[in-house]
Amino acid sequence: MDRRSFLLGASAALTLPALGAQAQAAQITGAGATFPNPVYQKWAEAARAAIGIQVNYQSVGSGAGINQIRNRTVDFGATDAPLRAEQLTEGNLLQFPTVMGSLVAIVNIPGIQDDALRLTGPILADIFLGKITRWNDAQITAINPGLALPNLAIAPAYRADGSGTTFVWTSYLAAVSQEWKDRVGTGTSVRFPAGTGARGNEGVAGTVRNVRGAIGYVENAYAMTNRLAATQLRNKAGNFIKADHKAFMSAAAAADWSVPGFAANVIDQAGPESWPIVAPTFILIPTNPTDAARSASVRRFFDWCFANGSQLATDLEYIPLPESVHNAVRAAWRQSFSA
Amino acid sequence: MPPKAARRSGRLGDKVFALLCQAAGIFVLILLGALIIELFIAGLPAFRAFGLAFVTSTDWDPVRELFGAGVSIYGTIVTAMLAITMAVPLAFGIAFFLTELAPPWMRRPVGTAIELLAAVPSIIYGMWGFFVIAPAFAQHVQPWIIDNIGELPLIGFLFQGPPFGTGLFTAAFILAIMILPFIAATMRDVFMQVPPVFKESAYGLGATTWEVMKGVVIPYTRVSVVGGIMLGLGRALGETMAVTFVIGNANRISASLFGPGNTIASLVALEFGESEIGSLKLASLLALGFILFLLSFAVLATSRYLLRSRLKV
Repeated sequence: MDRRSFLLGASAALTLPALGAQAQAAQITGAGATFPNPVYQKWAEAARAAIGIQVNYQSVGSGAGINQIRNRTVDFGATDAPLRAEQLTEGNLLQFPTVMGSLVAIVNIPGIQDDALRLTGPILADIFLGKITRWNDAQITAINPGLALPNLAIAPAYRADGSGTTFVWTSYLAAVSQEWKDRVGTGTSVRFPAGTGARGNEGVAGTVRNVRGAIGYVENAYAMTNRLAATQLRNKAGNFIKADHKAFMSAAAAADWSVPGFAANVIDQAGPESWPIVAPTFILIPTNPTDAARSASVRRFFDWCFANGSQLATDLEYIPLPESVHNAVRAAWRQSFSA
Repeated sequence: MPPKAARRSGRLGDKVFALLCQAAGIFVLILLGALIIELFIAGLPAFRAFGLAFVTSTDWDPVRELFGAGVSIYGTIVTAMLAITMAVPLAFGIAFFLTELAPPWMRRPVGTAIELLAAVPSIIYGMWGFFVIAPAFAQHVQPWIIDNIGELPLIGFLFQGPPFGTGLFTAAFILAIMILPFIAATMRDVFMQVPPVFKESAYGLGATTWEVMKGVVIPYTRVSVVGGIMLGLGRALGETMAVTFVIGNANRISASLFGPGNTIASLVALEFGESEIGSLKLASLLALGFILFLLSFAVLATSRYLLRSRLKV
């Protein structure tokens, strides 16, 4: 065998198995939100074994995910903040929710245990506006008659990196406080009037752990696994609620999903048992895909997740969507991809 | 015949080699130019929307799409300057010790340790700063300073506020440790270049070690020392990861050095993932990159200028 034919043979030997593997496992790529990343990775792992679809998901942030799906460099994008109907039309995109998450407020006050402190939305907003600055403020002690709250400065901690978590948190504060809505607003990053910023959930959790008197917000999954002291919150019905699965499910069931792009508002729902800060996360897929097979694989993947992924999501402290929402999403797929 | 052929091919080889090297050199120039131009063009919408006020405005409100570079430029310059103030005396001590005082067997290990500091990845400094230094500052250092110095007139306001542990001061402290090896190594190298005969003459006249340092070594090396400091400053300006961990990341200018702030590099790193293509926010971030480029360029150019005599040797 001379050198040239050897090289040819070697390169053929290298490429052929690769092609074969691609034919076996359909590959799809996605990018975007960091918040649902753990559950997407788990679903991808399970779906690969079950239906042979290999999903490569990169958690690069919602904004970057939207950019990538607009440029069609990935098969699906993921975002925590839903796009508006006209943005979807303009980008030829279909939006649907996959799973929900909840936020909790975590505190570091000497002597205060998990689920002990009671707070309300307006008090939270005033804390993050820098208007309530001491833990023994009359507004806080009035709703916590049994607790000995110290005369300690409140140190609010927020997400410094642009994040869907901040979008959900500021949506809640804007829903319960007109002043927050007017002065700060809602977004993946906003201008926080008080406090200090940290990077990622772990940064906020670390700051709260380090600083006496600190209060921050993280995803419930994160607070659970790291045993942080969460607070009770008063919901729209006026009841003080502990952050648990039942309260999250109640909020999901109460929401109205029949809005364009499934951009349901699950925040501050009226149910008597509902946890006030629950939000869905979304997937964006092109309605005019360049590669129909890959587009079908994306739908097949999420269809499998809807049917089989709820337990996996619950294990990771996410909240599965109600069955009716799953079916509504499937109907939207059929409508957009009937051909 | 063979020698002639060999000579001809050798001449051709020379030419090819020279061309390749030239291309490599020009490539760097083109790359640098392209970077600057690209950053400027991408940042142009921000400069157009806000004008020169972009540089001074302290707004950073993504919800209302009001962006300004004031806070992050302030944070960048203050942390870098504070870091230099902390690092230079320490670096001077190290260099002085290594060149004049240390017994010969100690010079190499200490010198190597200093150089190894430069090889520690910045994320390590960031995590160390966040998990070790910030809590230590929050619980032990800052409360004492706030209680004792924060009450003083005139300078007191610099040391007030809640002890978060993170903030401009902590960021500057971490930066000081990061740039220390660069400054110390430069100082040591230039101190060693002082001709022994100068120092020996001074000793011969009865000068003490400190007098030799003050009267001979420092005047002789002054310009190169400043150049080395500028080198450290350049690094401090652009450092991203370590600063992001400990600066507190707030888009406000606080009078207190313990207050949270922001630097250009950390703001860009934090906000990039959530900026959509074509948005004013992305343009503003790229415009910030352009400003940082100019800042670092100015500092490095100054250092090259001051170090020129040493670089020629």
